[in-house]
Amino acid sequence: MNCEKYYLPATVEEAINILRENQGNARLIAGGTDLVLQLRERKINTKALVDLSALKELNGITENNGWITIGSMTTHQQIAASGIIREKARVLAEAAQSIGSPQIRNVGTIGGNVVNAQPAADTTIALMALDARARILTNQGEITKPVGELFLGAGQSAIDPTSEILLAFDIKTPGAREATAFMRLAKRKALALPIVNVGVWLKLDQTLSKFEDIRIALGPMAPVPVRATNTEAVLKGAPLQQTVLLQAMAVLEKEISPRDSLRGSAFYKKEMAKVLLKRAILVAVKDLGGELGE
Amino acid sequence: MAGKKHKIKFLLNGTEQAMEVEPNSTLLRTLRDGLGLTGTKCGCDNGECGACTVLIDGKAVLSCLTLTVEVDGKEVTTIEGLAQGTTLHPVQQAFIDHHGTQCGFCTPGIIMSSVSLLNENPQPTEMDVKKALVGNLCRCGSYPMAVNAVLQAAGKNRGGEK
Repeated sequence: MNCEKYYLPATVEEAINILRENQGNARLIAGGTDLVLQLRERKINTKALVDLSALKELNGITENNGWITIGSMTTHQQIAASGIIREKARVLAEAAQSIGSPQIRNVGTIGGNVVNAQPAADTTIALMALDARARILTNQGEITKPVGELFLGAGQSAIDPTSEILLAFDIKTPGAREATAFMRLAKRKALALPIVNVGVWLKLDQTLSKFEDIRIALGPMAPVPVRATNTEAVLKGAPLQQTVLLQAMAVLEKEISPRDSLRGSAFYKKEMAKVLLKRAILVAVKDLGGELGE
Repeated sequence: MAGKKHKIKFLLNGTEQAMEVEPNSTLLRTLRDGLGLTGTKCGCDNGECGACTVLIDGKAVLSCLTLTVEVDGKEVTTIEGLAQGTTLHPVQQAFIDHHGTQCGFCTPGIIMSSVSLLNENPQPTEMDVKKALVGNLCRCGSYPMAVNAVLQAAGKNRGGEK
């Protein structure tokens, strides 16, 4: 680690000014659970660190006017324990709960998880299923982007941590007949990266007999987290039937392209993605009192 | 390599500690090499084993993934800070009573995770204890004894020694 300077700004303005003055030589640090390792292994080099942990305005979960807002510095533990998130965005509560260990969740943040840009980051998968919007402070002012547009490649975020600050995520408060679910397969139940993770948001029609709308996010199926839009298209408007689900699983298999890795073969990941998708849909449908016919 | 030193002040095991640290020092290195508090163990140095667990403001965190500059103004508790004089902390005593330790290398980390749990949830179930300890690896495999010890410390001893 060759970092020489450390800043602890008290406001977001101060933080962005420090980044600007350092012209690319200073980098934001959130919880540090990934970054400290990357710095030590020299995978990332920076002359200065700008710690966001004193910025209270970036920490916390609120609900206002039909939107749930999660500050970027909110920890996984806070999200997993939040009544609002557990009740209204279950996919995210379960994703946050599945990360690392209690020690990691006490420190690691949702903003850090997203900017670290891993293709199967659990909270990212959940945020994509929820169609969350990210608010980012840039040199040109505040901008809003769908979370799905924040990834350029494995470990490469569209947010530049040497000049931009991820402020918060906004999620629409779910309406009636909407539910979410998160499924994850890993070698152990703790301290293990996912072999496959799937987040689903869905809405049923008035009679609870059709999928009115659905979003499916998966990792690690490509260098970036992905939405399974072809599979979603099969399900939108289709009746709640086992045959429809089988059809969706067949389309999913063609749509995803995981690679062979230490965590599992491409074949295995595809098979498990299909199973986890099915389970996630069944859980969300059951949550709404729906049932799948033959 | 050598960075600008930062002056920090924090409460270490109840005593105010003022020092100058480089921004790239981890809390684990500062505790062990700088302050001689070797009760906190360096296992994987990668955030995966839990042997370096300490409490920051009462919560279990990994000192190998924490920069020392980040604890400025905070309260740090290590395994050395649990006993009151010659009286062990109830969790420490329970680990002795239940043989919660074999080789002992993971024990300080497990005890710190247990104390963090009991701070938040003084009456945990067996499953609560298991979930609180998932971030601490024990290669001897003394998990059942550790779980029994924590339950005893919480006043839930059912005499279930294994």
